[in-house]
Amino acid sequence: MITINGISKTYQVAKRSSGIGQAFKSLFHREYTDVEALNDISFTVKPGEIVGYIGPNGAGKSTTIKVMSGILVPDSGSCTIMGYTPWKDRVAYVRNIGVVFGQRSQLWWDVPVIDSFELLRDIYKVPEQEYKANLALLTETLELQDIIGMPVRQLSLGQRMRCEIAASLLHSPSILFLDEPTIGLDAASKIAVRRFIRTINEEKGVTVILTTHDMNDIEALAQRIILIGKGKLLYDGSIDAIRNQFGTRKTIIALYRQQEAPLKIAGAVLESWSPERAVLSVDTEQVLISEVLISISQQVELIDIIIDTPPIEDMIIQLYKEHQI
Amino acid sequence: MKAYVSVFKLRLYHGLQYRAAALAGIATQFFFGFIFIMVYEAFYSQSTAAFPISLSQLITYVWLQQAFLAFVMLWFRDNELFQLITSGNVAYELCRPSGIYGLWYAKLLAQRLSSALLRSMPILVIAYILPKPYGMPLPHNSVSFLLFVLTLLLGLLMMVSLSMLMYISVFITLSPAGSLLMFAVIGEFLAGMVIPVPLMPTWLQNIVYVLPFRWAADFPFRVYSGHIPQDEALIGVAIQIIWLVLLVGLGKYTMTRVLRKIVVQGG
Repeated sequence: MITINGISKTYQVAKRSSGIGQAFKSLFHREYTDVEALNDISFTVKPGEIVGYIGPNGAGKSTTIKVMSGILVPDSGSCTIMGYTPWKDRVAYVRNIGVVFGQRSQLWWDVPVIDSFELLRDIYKVPEQEYKANLALLTETLELQDIIGMPVRQLSLGQRMRCEIAASLLHSPSILFLDEPTIGLDAASKIAVRRFIRTINEEKGVTVILTTHDMNDIEALAQRIILIGKGKLLYDGSIDAIRNQFGTRKTIIALYRQQEAPLKIAGAVLESWSPERAVLSVDTEQVLISEVLISISQQVELIDIIIDTPPIEDMIIQLYKEHQI
Repeated sequence: MKAYVSVFKLRLYHGLQYRAAALAGIATQFFFGFIFIMVYEAFYSQSTAAFPISLSQLITYVWLQQAFLAFVMLWFRDNELFQLITSGNVAYELCRPSGIYGLWYAKLLAQRLSSALLRSMPILVIAYILPKPYGMPLPHNSVSFLLFVLTLLLGLLMMVSLSMLMYISVFITLSPAGSLLMFAVIGEFLAGMVIPVPLMPTWLQNIVYVLPFRWAADFPFRVYSGHIPQDEALIGVAIQIIWLVLLVGLGKYTMTRVLRKIVVQGG
């Protein structure tokens, strides 16, 4: 469905130091630095997949989305999506995709949402029946009934974002690019958006590429993640693989009857200790959890015990660290 | 095509809802209309030399100017489009399966039309029933009237294609202030909005006649009053069409050029 091969893109950024002298100098001579936004990125996506595209700020996520949606022309490399090259066959190609830029708006600010929808229907030449069916589905699943007649300027961010997502799907695209769709949303709206993405993926088979900083989005939606940093592709694979690689370190918190002697457990590191409470970290590849538990219970009178897996967020940070980004 | 019509309709309805702005506009236009006419009246009564345009033709010129201000003013702008470009929301427009030029053209056209529709009728009606010398005479004859409507509409299309160039320039400069000021001041003067073209010195008239601006304002107004005879008006229509084709062609070409280079920055 999507084949990206060796895409690179370099931006030229004007720079100068602070101060009036430098400002004056830049009137005559400007210095530019090249910023490599994308460096030899390649991946493929199969139909019906949900791919989480992650990386720290400035990694090149949005640039990739822009290249894939035909807005930006890369310096080199090839990109074939459904048989089209996005920036060459732009007009024919964009009919098949939906794009949501979480930080931008495609709805007309001063008119009711439904007017913007009808405009999009005409721009994409969506047949009336298909439009009605899509609108009904989107209104129901995104709970738009009450807000569809309101001018966009009066909507809250969460309401607006739901309308933006609906607007991108009115023409039944087969690929949906979501660039930070949950940015700034509250917990309830986030969950609504995620549930909706999963619904259209399962029911209509829409391929979804999603960039986000919220790992909960990724965990809830994506089976596969692609990690980029400083324009380079660093990891492409399942979340489970990351979990297996970085999630082997468990934290054990033990609460017990007061005891003066510190715990001594073979194979576990004692992170903190007090007469009632100890925090241990254990690498499950080195030692079995059961053995650790047995030796704890032999040494103290246990009241409670908590075994904690680090959140996916921490694993991603470890991954960033590993790649020094 | 349907998409363009939709944009046009949406923008037209949207524009028609600003009644207070239209009322204020009408008041302003009457104020300026009276002032201009008083000045010209005094000016004409003090001199015995032959004038290049009669007072009643000039008064027609002034009222038409005021009534169709929204058609001919270059500073009449759509801030939404400027914001679209400078904020990067234009990214969305680039994901649409239709040309941006056409969509924006329809939008700007509708905006000018809606604004003029609300204002022109009351101004024209009142200008007709005003007593002499302030009253506006009826068109020279029915053919002049039809020619006037045609030239006015062609002029409107020309004005929109001219202002499209201004929006395109914002892609490069990222600030509408400069292009707006330049276009507005120079264009307005050269369209005869400050001094009617027939009253300009000959050397200036020669400059004005080779530029596109006067075709949107000065030309249709003089066709209405019969100051420009009908055979000359027909040649003018042909020139308007040529200008229109040239301006749209240039706009489309530069639009494709800037879009190829555009970089939408940030998340």
